[in-house]
Amino acid sequence: MRQLEYPFDADEIIKKRKSLRRSLMEEEAASSRLKKRVAVLGGSTTANVVQVLDLFLLNQGIEGTFYESEYNKYYEDAMFGNPELDSFQPDVIYLHTSVHNIMTFPRPTDSTEQIQAKLDAEYGRFEAMWKKIAEVHGCVIIQNNFEYPDWRLLGNKDVTELSGRVNFVSRLNALFAEYARNTQNFFIHDVNYLSGYLGLTKWCDPFYWNMYKYCPAVPLIPELAYSVSCIIKSIYGKNKKALVLDLDNTLWGGIVGDDGPENLQIGTETARGETFLEFQEYLKAQKDLGILLNIDSKNEEENAIAGLNAKGSALTPDDFICIKANWDPKDRNILQIAKELNLGADSFVFVDDNPAERHIVSEQIAGIAVPEIGEPENYIRVLDRSGFFEATNISKDDASRNEMYKANAERSKLEASFADYEDYLKSLEMTAEIASFSKEYIPRISQLTNKSNQFNLTTLRCSVADIEEMAEADNWITLYGKLEDRFGDNGVVAVEAAEIKPQTMDSLGKEAHIRLNLMSCRVLKRDMEFAMLDVLVKKASEKGVTTLIGHYLPTKKNGMVKELYTDLGFTRDGDIWKLDVASYKPQCKVIKIN
Amino acid sequence: MEEKIYETLNEIFRDIFDDEEIVVTPETNSDSIEDWDSLEHINLVVAIEKAFDLKFSMDEVTGMKDVGEMVEIIKERGKNL
Repeated sequence: MRQLEYPFDADEIIKKRKSLRRSLMEEEAASSRLKKRVAVLGGSTTANVVQVLDLFLLNQGIEGTFYESEYNKYYEDAMFGNPELDSFQPDVIYLHTSVHNIMTFPRPTDSTEQIQAKLDAEYGRFEAMWKKIAEVHGCVIIQNNFEYPDWRLLGNKDVTELSGRVNFVSRLNALFAEYARNTQNFFIHDVNYLSGYLGLTKWCDPFYWNMYKYCPAVPLIPELAYSVSCIIKSIYGKNKKALVLDLDNTLWGGIVGDDGPENLQIGTETARGETFLEFQEYLKAQKDLGILLNIDSKNEEENAIAGLNAKGSALTPDDFICIKANWDPKDRNILQIAKELNLGADSFVFVDDNPAERHIVSEQIAGIAVPEIGEPENYIRVLDRSGFFEATNISKDDASRNEMYKANAERSKLEASFADYEDYLKSLEMTAEIASFSKEYIPRISQLTNKSNQFNLTTLRCSVADIEEMAEADNWITLYGKLEDRFGDNGVVAVEAAEIKPQTMDSLGKEAHIRLNLMSCRVLKRDMEFAMLDVLVKKASEKGVTTLIGHYLPTKKNGMVKELYTDLGFTRDGDIWKLDVASYKPQCKVIKIN
Repeated sequence: MEEKIYETLNEIFRDIFDDEEIVVTPETNSDSIEDWDSLEHINLVVAIEKAFDLKFSMDEVTGMKDVGEMVEIIKERGKNL
C-alpha cells in the first residue's frame, strides 16, 4: 500500500490509522499473511508504537498479535515474567527502551572506577534481561540501542570525558553491539542512527516525553515502527532479493541511444555525473552483498551495453545477471527475468526514473516493490531507507550469490550441448556434503526455511532458535545438503528434518515425519532430492525408524513439488505419503555423496 | 474563519475516529466521543498541530476543556486559517 511504503507521510499514517488498517485487512493478500506474536516491552509509552507497527507489518505480509507491557515495566516483565506474557508465547520480544531508561549516569566528580562500575551495572541489567528472555522464551529479541541525551552538561566535552553522558551512551551502545555480534537471534534496533538521521531535536521533543512519556516524539513513531518492521520482516524471510534497474536517467544522466555513450553524465566530471556514479557504487556494493542486479531498459541491446561500458562507470555489464534491453513492455521483461532466475516476481525491486513505467509495473505485477525514487540525488536515500534488503541473517552464501547465478548461466549453455539429461548431470561432476545440522550452517539453514517458496513441501518457517532446537533434539533427524560441481560451490542448498514419533498401538515400527523438506531454486533438477533421501533413509534406519512419512502442504507457490513424494518412490495414503525404510534402495546416480 | 477551522477539525476528527458522521461543536469534549481516550487524544494533538502549523504548550493541552477552547488557541496562533 503506497501510504505505508517509504518515503511515507508520517502524519497521514497517524491520522488515518484506522481506515488504513481496515483497507489492509480487506486486501486479497490478507489470508496468506504470516502470523507472528510480538511482545513490546516498553520503557516509555508504547500504545502508538504498537498500533503503527501493526500497520507496517501487515503491509509487509505479517499479521501480528501484540502483547504490551504496562508502562515502563519492561524490566519486570523480562526478568520475572507474568502469566499473561508467559501464555502469550511470543515469537519476537521488542525491548523499546530509550535514554530515559538509563538509571544512573556518571557525575562529573566520579572517579574512573566509579564510572566503570556504573557502566557495568547499566549494561549488566540489560544483559541479564536478554539472557533471561532467551532462557524463558527462546524467541527473537530486538533491542533498541540509545539515542544521545537531549542535553549535555559539559557541552562538546560531553563526548570526550568519561563522565560525559554522550560518552557514556556511546560506550553502552558499543557494548550492546558487541553482544548482538556474538548472539544469534538478537538484533539491535539502531535508534542511535535513526534519531540522528531524523534529528534529535524532533526525536527528543520534551513535550511528548513530559506530557505522555513518549520517546521518540509521537510524530516520529511511524519512522521508528517502520524501522522495526524491517527487522521483523527480514527475520521471517520477507526481504527482497533482486533489483531490476532502468538505464537512461536511472543509472546515468542522458539517453544513450540519442546522446551516445561518450556523452552520458556518469563519472566525476560534473555534479550530476558524480551523483549517478555514487548511485552505481551503491548498487555495486549491494551486489557484493548478494543482491542480484538486472537491467530492464527500452533500448537497443548494443547501446545498453555501450552505456554500461562508458568511461567513468562503476558498474560493468558483468555485474548483471539478466540484461533486458528491448522495446517490450517492462512488466513482461521483469516476468521473464523472474522466470530465468527462478524467483517470484514479488522478490524484485524495480527502479526507474519514469513515473509512467513505475505505474505500469506496479499495476501489472503483484507484490513487486516500486519505490517513488524521486530525483537522482535521492535515489540512494530512498532505496536505503526502504529497507528492502535489511540484513539480519548474513550468511557466507550471500556474498557469493551473484557468482552462483552466473555459474547457472554457464550450466544452461552446457545443458544445451547434451542430448541425454543424465549425461549432462554426470558431466557436472557433482559432489554433495550431506550431514546433520551443524553449528556453522545454522544461520543459512534458517534463512533457507524462510526464503524457499517453490521447492518447499511444508513451508515451515524456522528461526535460528527453532533450528538449534531440532539440531539438539534426540527425536529429530536433521540434514543439510551442500552441493558442488565443476562450475563452483553452490553452498548449502537443501534442508530436511524428520521428527521421530514413538511407537503407537496401531503401528508396529517407529515412524519419522518429514517436517522440513526444501531446496533452493538454484539447484532444481539436479537429482539432489534423491541424494538427500538416500542419506535420510540411511540415518532413519540407524535410528530404528521403519517408515518415513511425507507431508505436502500446498501453497500458492509450491505446486512444483505436489507429486514429489510419489516421484521419490513413496506410496500415497490419504493425505500423507509413506516409505518403507527396510526395502529402500539408494536412487541417486549422478551425485557423489561425502 | 471560525467556520473554516471547524471544517478542518471535522476532517481530522473523522479521520482519527474513522467515523464520517462526527460533527464537532465548541462543546465537544472527550465525553462526547466514545473512542476519545488518551491515545487518540495525542493523535488529535499531532494532527491539529500539523494542520494549523502551531505547537500547543503543555499548559494549554492540560488546560483545554473542550473543542471551543482549542479553537480559541488556533485562532490566536494558528496558520493556514
